[in-house]
Amino acid sequence: MITFDHVTFTYTDAERPTLQHVDLHIPEGELCVVVGETGTGKSTLLRAINGLVPHFSGGTLAGTVTVDGRTTKENRPRDLADVVGFVGQNPLASFVTETVEDELAYTMENLGVPPDAMRRRVEDAVDLLGLQDLRNRSLRALSGGQQQRVAIGAVLTASPRLLVLDEPTSALDPAAAEEVLSALARLVHDLGLTVVMAEHRLERVVPFADRIILVPGGGASLVTGAPEAIMQTSSVAPPLVELGRLVGWDPLPLSVRDARRMSAPLRERLAPMTPPQRPAPLTPTADRAPAASVQNLMVSYGPVVALDGVDLTIMPGEVLALMGRNGSGKSTLLNTLSGVRRPTRGAVMVEGRNPQSFRAADLVRHVGLVPQDPGLLLYGESVGAECDTADKTSALPVGTTWRTLDRVLPGMPTDRHPRDLSEGQRLALALAIVVAPSPALLLLDEPTRGLDYPSKDRLVHVLRALAQDGHAIVLATHDVELAARVADRAVVLADGQVITDGPARQVVCHSPIFAPQVAKVLAPEEWLTVDEVRQALGEVVPV
Amino acid sequence: MTRSAVPRRRSLHPVAWWVWAAGLAICAMRTNNPFLLALIGVVACVVVSARRSSAPWSRSITFFLRVGVLVIVIRIAIEILFGQRGVPGHVLFTLPEVPLPSWAAAVSIGGPVTLESILDAFVLGLQLAVILLCFGAANSLASPYRLLRSLPAVLYETGVAVTVALSFAPELVQSIGIVRQARRQRGIATTGLRGMRGVAVPVLESALDRSLQLATSMDARGYGRRVSVGSTSRRLASSATIGGLLLMAVGIYGVIDGGSLLGLGLPIIAVAAVLCGLGLAVGGRRTARSRYRPDPWRQPEWMVAGSGLVALVTMSVAHALDVPGLIVSFSPLAFPTVPLLPVVGILLALVPAIAAPNPNLVAGSAPDGGTEAGEPGAVTPRRYRDPVDADLTGVPT
Repeated sequence: MITFDHVTFTYTDAERPTLQHVDLHIPEGELCVVVGETGTGKSTLLRAINGLVPHFSGGTLAGTVTVDGRTTKENRPRDLADVVGFVGQNPLASFVTETVEDELAYTMENLGVPPDAMRRRVEDAVDLLGLQDLRNRSLRALSGGQQQRVAIGAVLTASPRLLVLDEPTSALDPAAAEEVLSALARLVHDLGLTVVMAEHRLERVVPFADRIILVPGGGASLVTGAPEAIMQTSSVAPPLVELGRLVGWDPLPLSVRDARRMSAPLRERLAPMTPPQRPAPLTPTADRAPAASVQNLMVSYGPVVALDGVDLTIMPGEVLALMGRNGSGKSTLLNTLSGVRRPTRGAVMVEGRNPQSFRAADLVRHVGLVPQDPGLLLYGESVGAECDTADKTSALPVGTTWRTLDRVLPGMPTDRHPRDLSEGQRLALALAIVVAPSPALLLLDEPTRGLDYPSKDRLVHVLRALAQDGHAIVLATHDVELAARVADRAVVLADGQVITDGPARQVVCHSPIFAPQVAKVLAPEEWLTVDEVRQALGEVVPV
Repeated sequence: MTRSAVPRRRSLHPVAWWVWAAGLAICAMRTNNPFLLALIGVVACVVVSARRSSAPWSRSITFFLRVGVLVIVIRIAIEILFGQRGVPGHVLFTLPEVPLPSWAAAVSIGGPVTLESILDAFVLGLQLAVILLCFGAANSLASPYRLLRSLPAVLYETGVAVTVALSFAPELVQSIGIVRQARRQRGIATTGLRGMRGVAVPVLESALDRSLQLATSMDARGYGRRVSVGSTSRRLASSATIGGLLLMAVGIYGVIDGGSLLGLGLPIIAVAAVLCGLGLAVGGRRTARSRYRPDPWRQPEWMVAGSGLVALVTMSVAHALDVPGLIVSFSPLAFPTVPLLPVVGILLALVPAIAAPNPNLVAGSAPDGGTEAGEPGAVTPRRYRDPVDADLTGVPT
């Protein structure tokens, strides 16, 4: 279906090629997952399939890419639109029309499909992807999972033989991700479609994959193979695989179900041990003031209530994971805590004061927010300039931000433009800028979007260190594995109300949606991470 | 198909609304009788209130109403300050006169203000306000997106550009809000020249980003696929279109002015329309596009467009018959007569209030856009992806 024949691709002005001597063959009817660390060229590989690279990106491509017998040299992306359906990272940015139904028909209109065929195919896509209730709605009013499904439907109606998706689930909550992935699996199994997707959250996609393409980066050649084989040695691997490698399971389990079946001996061995307990949530006393608190907080946008009677106290040194569906009010709570949004009712206190009463320059010493898109905080010409500005605006001694950055992520290039940094580097820079004035309350909105496993590891260490220094940290996240590793306490929001608030271990282990993979395998014992299991087993020989 | 059991919300063909509104607007251009003008305005408002949907653009009528009032006020104010002097009439009050040098003799500031001149100014302002109101009515009744969809194939690409621009503006406003918040988080002022630069750079960067992503997606989805056609037909298409447009301008002038061109206005417009249609049809062959569920043109469309045209025709007939009261003068001061024929014609333009399908009545389909899309908080950010815009609006996931 797809053949890469000796493909080498170099972006204009780049020093070395992003793809080097790539030989790849993807047969029909497979679900392929492209994995690798950030910046290794996964997106470039995906975009080369339908010719967006190089027709749209510029740069030089040597070798040939053939899709369904057509080369990208002779066919532009628009000419391949009937064979390849391409869904980019941000579905909302890719929508052309206004309503769901028009969007579903858009590709077909361009291809000149006859009207009655269009009608039929739109109905089929609506049924396949479960869009019945959405067909007349405005695209902008949909949730993330719904948007992703519409984006898939919109390319599917052109009946392509091949779907290419760039990180289809990274912005989604666990339930919505499940929804999208099962729709994709159905397309592969029922229609024999070929699907190629890149994804960082391997724990979500690996169980569905027929084949994995590992992009090691640094000019090394691609490794292609069955998931079991690749995962034995891959540098990026979901927790389940790490657990399997640790214990020496063979064949390596890829789904929770497989692992669960093999885990009886391990569970027996772990039975006498108890998972390490994180400190119990603190309570405020006379000499221990909370870092922040909200009381009976209500926030509404016009008629829509985003937060409804929320009570929360956050102590210094605490890491709190805020979880819940897209649209459950997580970001609104962060915005309210950071003084951006005025509560409709109720009180917000940060270090005993209403965050809205701080002057902009003082605010940074009390509360800092790293937004979902860290790039929003960055507008300087270079990393160095960015650090200098931060020192100046926060009235810090010269070099403070730079030193903080060096602690968060050593070896950042000073002269690089912030837009040319990788996701991980950008997050590190934004984090350093926010942390440098040492705010008592640190808020992070969905910090792991687009991060690979090594960057995530680093983030976990940095956050734990910051908590030990006495910062109170609140992170809103869909990433259950991150929450399991870093949080002391977990709060689940639904429909703007707190439905659970307690020690992270108990909260996530008892939820089928928010439980990390290790907890699912080892239930009912409350183990959260591979590291905990590793420590418990010591350096003992595999079971 | 199971869906067909649920009636699809039927919205009237946007072109029908525009024809109706244009008919009324041209009527308003051809009379200065304040009663007729007021009647036209009332008819437009009644139809809008009866048949507008809950979409965001439906509220634009209030905007046009306000602009209309403003136009009248400004017109009267200008008349009071700079109006023509020396015309006999009932003096209401006298403003102190400002002496101007002799080379500016044509302009006068201040002086006696007469009732007649104010009435004249009011009627001129009212005429403009009613014309604006007619366009406002069309805007409120017809979805701009659906109107663009009914553009001929050759103009399709322009249409897409306009659609994208339409959806882009509110996003720009949103992203300015987000960036300002983020900068406050960094302890940076967001006002003043430096602050503006700091806001503008990230906003433009994200705008650029979005355009690139959109362009990528459009290309990957087959936008701009072409069929090659010969140069003869291309030349034929462009000359027919340009010639048609020129004739159209002449014809419209003839219709509006009435006196000139010996009543040839309508026939010239007809010829021009045929030429334009030919040009667009030939030009459209270059794109191999097809159209998904084009808006049908059925009886309600005929009724709506027809009622606007009937109003226009009665007005033209009244002109041809020299019915008194179409063009009134307030010097000498006199109560204008109200001619019956145009009144009947204008009242017929009320037909759409009943004949057009009611967009709010149909069960089984949520109103699109509107409240959810134009999300009240405005600062609730697309990229900051929180809120409220999604699951809270009550549609089950």
